[in-house]
Amino acid sequence: MSSSTVVNEYQPKTSVGRITNFVDSRVGGSAMVKEFGRKIFPDHWTFMFGEVALYTFVILLLSGTFLTFFFDPSMTEVAYDGSYVPLRGIEMSAAYASSLDISFDIRGGLFMRQVHHWSALLFVAAVSVHMLRVFFTGAFRKPRELNWVVGSVLLILAMAAGFTGYSLPDDLLSGNGLRIIDGVIKSIPVIGTYISFFLFGGEFPGTVIIPRLYVLHILLIPALILLLIAIHLFMVVAHKHTQFPGPGRTNDNVVGYPVGPVYAAKAGGFFFIVFGVVAAISAAFTINPIWNYGPYDPSPVSAGTQPDWYIGWVDGALRLMPGIIAGIPLEWEIPFPWGVNTLSLNVLLPALVPAGLVFTLMFAWPWIESWITKDKREHHLLDRPRNAPARTAVGVAGVVFYCVMWAAASSDLIATHFMVSLNDVTYWLRVLFVIGPFIGFIVARRIALALQRKDREIALHGRETGRIVRLPHGEFIEVHEQVDAYKRYTLVNFESHEVLPAEADVNGHVPKNEKRRAWISKFFFEDRVAPVTPAELEAAHSHGHHGEVAGEHDKASISSH
Amino acid sequence: MADRSHGSPEHSGTVAKPGQGEVQKFQDPGLPPHRPRLADVDPRAEKRAERQVGMLFTVSILGTLIFFFGYFFIPLDETIATLRLQNLLLGLGTAFAMLGIGVGIVHWAKTLMPDHEVSEDRHVLRSEADRVDAEKIVGDILEETGIKRRPLIRNTLLGAGVLAVLPAIAIFRDLGPLPGDVLKHTMWDEGVRLTRDPSGTPIRASDVTIGSAFHVIPDGLNDLEHKLEEKAKAVVLLMRLNPESLAPSPGREDWGYEGIVAYSKICTHVGCPVALYEQQTHHLLCPCHQSTFDLTQECKVIFGPAVRPLPQLPISVDDEGYLVATSDFQEPVGPSFWERG
Repeated sequence: MSSSTVVNEYQPKTSVGRITNFVDSRVGGSAMVKEFGRKIFPDHWTFMFGEVALYTFVILLLSGTFLTFFFDPSMTEVAYDGSYVPLRGIEMSAAYASSLDISFDIRGGLFMRQVHHWSALLFVAAVSVHMLRVFFTGAFRKPRELNWVVGSVLLILAMAAGFTGYSLPDDLLSGNGLRIIDGVIKSIPVIGTYISFFLFGGEFPGTVIIPRLYVLHILLIPALILLLIAIHLFMVVAHKHTQFPGPGRTNDNVVGYPVGPVYAAKAGGFFFIVFGVVAAISAAFTINPIWNYGPYDPSPVSAGTQPDWYIGWVDGALRLMPGIIAGIPLEWEIPFPWGVNTLSLNVLLPALVPAGLVFTLMFAWPWIESWITKDKREHHLLDRPRNAPARTAVGVAGVVFYCVMWAAASSDLIATHFMVSLNDVTYWLRVLFVIGPFIGFIVARRIALALQRKDREIALHGRETGRIVRLPHGEFIEVHEQVDAYKRYTLVNFESHEVLPAEADVNGHVPKNEKRRAWISKFFFEDRVAPVTPAELEAAHSHGHHGEVAGEHDKASISSH
Repeated sequence: MADRSHGSPEHSGTVAKPGQGEVQKFQDPGLPPHRPRLADVDPRAEKRAERQVGMLFTVSILGTLIFFFGYFFIPLDETIATLRLQNLLLGLGTAFAMLGIGVGIVHWAKTLMPDHEVSEDRHVLRSEADRVDAEKIVGDILEETGIKRRPLIRNTLLGAGVLAVLPAIAIFRDLGPLPGDVLKHTMWDEGVRLTRDPSGTPIRASDVTIGSAFHVIPDGLNDLEHKLEEKAKAVVLLMRLNPESLAPSPGREDWGYEGIVAYSKICTHVGCPVALYEQQTHHLLCPCHQSTFDLTQECKVIFGPAVRPLPQLPISVDDEGYLVATSDFQEPVGPSFWERG
């Protein structure tokens, strides 16, 4: 017996202790418990969206697994003989028939379909809102740029997962969705027709698209999502979570609750809450009643067709695009030496350009921003959106751009619900598509600056109490109550970027790129509200500072008591 | 109401000029003092919170029972009403079961578990010493492989690697056949009868009254094994207008029959069925992206994202008075594609 084995002769007294010790001495769990058991996580309600995304994905895996046991991803024509009387005897694909069986003949099947569909809608929504939160608070800045990229890929994968799943029941609505996808693919120059024929195994609709989408939907895409979620969370642990600025919260610490027990209990309990909410929605609100649509057939179509919400913006872009602008048709027949080829810009442009623009800016934004601000430091403290007016304005412009397209996907429903002309709705949305982002930018920046001014006023002069006092000489004033040191620190402790003029390089020459950067910097940060300094606070509180207003002396004494 | 005399930007310097730096910062007052919750100080409140958590967990148990009641005691009897009832019970049961647990745990955490905020230091992601070590290790590894000193190995490996990827792409070639010219032809041909969709019964010219519209498929479509592919190209809308309101262009004068005209139903935008016919205006509207075609102008696009008019199917009447096609479409139907020409 060597001495080292004697050290390990720990004898647990309880059975739980023995099991724990067995595992621990083989996988070294103690170190992990030591590392994570009391790890600190900052708490803020906006940090919840990422959790919602994660939990809805878990619900998707659970409900999706149930559905795979009953779903038949085949386009073989069968005659329906299930419980839903109106469709009995109708020819349809096995995929659609089995989807009907899940809805009508498997107990709990309809519920599981509803849970799956609702949580899919919620999943993409949660990912989107989570990304908006990360964007507007500046959480993507160094060192988290790569995790922002991973998150952006996850958003695309979430949309892909959603669309492939949406198509699987092979009902009339989703079949028309595939028809549109086929039309868009065919507009791709040179290879479009080939991609369409390879994807559909021949002419649209063919008999292979459903099984192929099925493999993507239940194997490839979820595996990629899982992998990226693992990377995403690994990076969150490595970076530690960001936190909002406030008293006691600095760039070098992380303030919050320990994982065990509070944070784990709240986050774990929250999974059940998300599941419960999804279940309640699925109990009460029908989603995708495929039995109303009938099997896919290339001839009929229902009015008011719409994709699931997250595809809406791309569909809306297709709707907004005029085929003919000022008499110039956007479909070109180009003569080549070997013959004439057709280029459908009326389809290609709206399908690629807006989405390409949004995703390119999204992926590149962390680097664009640090290029403009020349800020290469690590940031663990978040910005309140108002304290980064330019970024907030860019984000709002993007949201407006997205939402105009999104609204356009419902242009026909807007027209019928509000009794307006469909054509006018489209014309107005086309105008908004162009000017909306600019208006959004300007308005958002002005609101952010105004909120900053308000913060300044509160920090300097206190909160409005609503108490009106009449002074001896007859003037009415409202009493202001000073905020405490903690609240004030939250209001004054932020960084405000300033204009960085173009700098010459070593040769004394100012490169074109640097001039461009300086121009954007000026445009972004020319209007800025500086944080209150202690000196300003001092001055605001000192007597007689505002001598230009009679009675200021009394006012100050009242408001600072 | 607000006292604005302090805050106007012009006077108080609220709007800072560029370059006006923050000269000094406020002192961080540190974490605010912990505010005890009711359950921290009042044993009765603590006991109450405990009971509430227990009650919420009981709600969850009841929820599970509701689920089982819905599952076992609501037999599905082919009516939507029972299906809805069962779905409601399963859903509400699950919702209560989950929310009971979830809200219970969160309530427990918020009222009874310690809520002291703790501060933990962040660590640098990478130390300079680590970086130097790692750089040396990578350098050593590369040096030991000798890849920099042996360009022959490096270049042949690169070439092999690039080539080795190609089979992984090429192997997907058999996903589908080459397009050929199938997109340029449909089932329509000289003498093929126009029949009703979906029944397949032929249509007499005399059945088509002015103002009516028919959804049409070619005769024999329903007998095909893979009829959807043919149907996706061949569906046609048949309408009869007052012949005076039609003005056929040269060469198309005999494509209709006494005001009866047939146009492809597949939108030239991205292929949705152009299923809405506005009888009064003679407009055809695609419900997917709202491309609008004017029947009186040979289905020219008058609104929306489509560019090309809907292709017209030349029709006539056979000896028995049934409508027949006199040829296939004169151009490819449906969405545009590169080889369309």
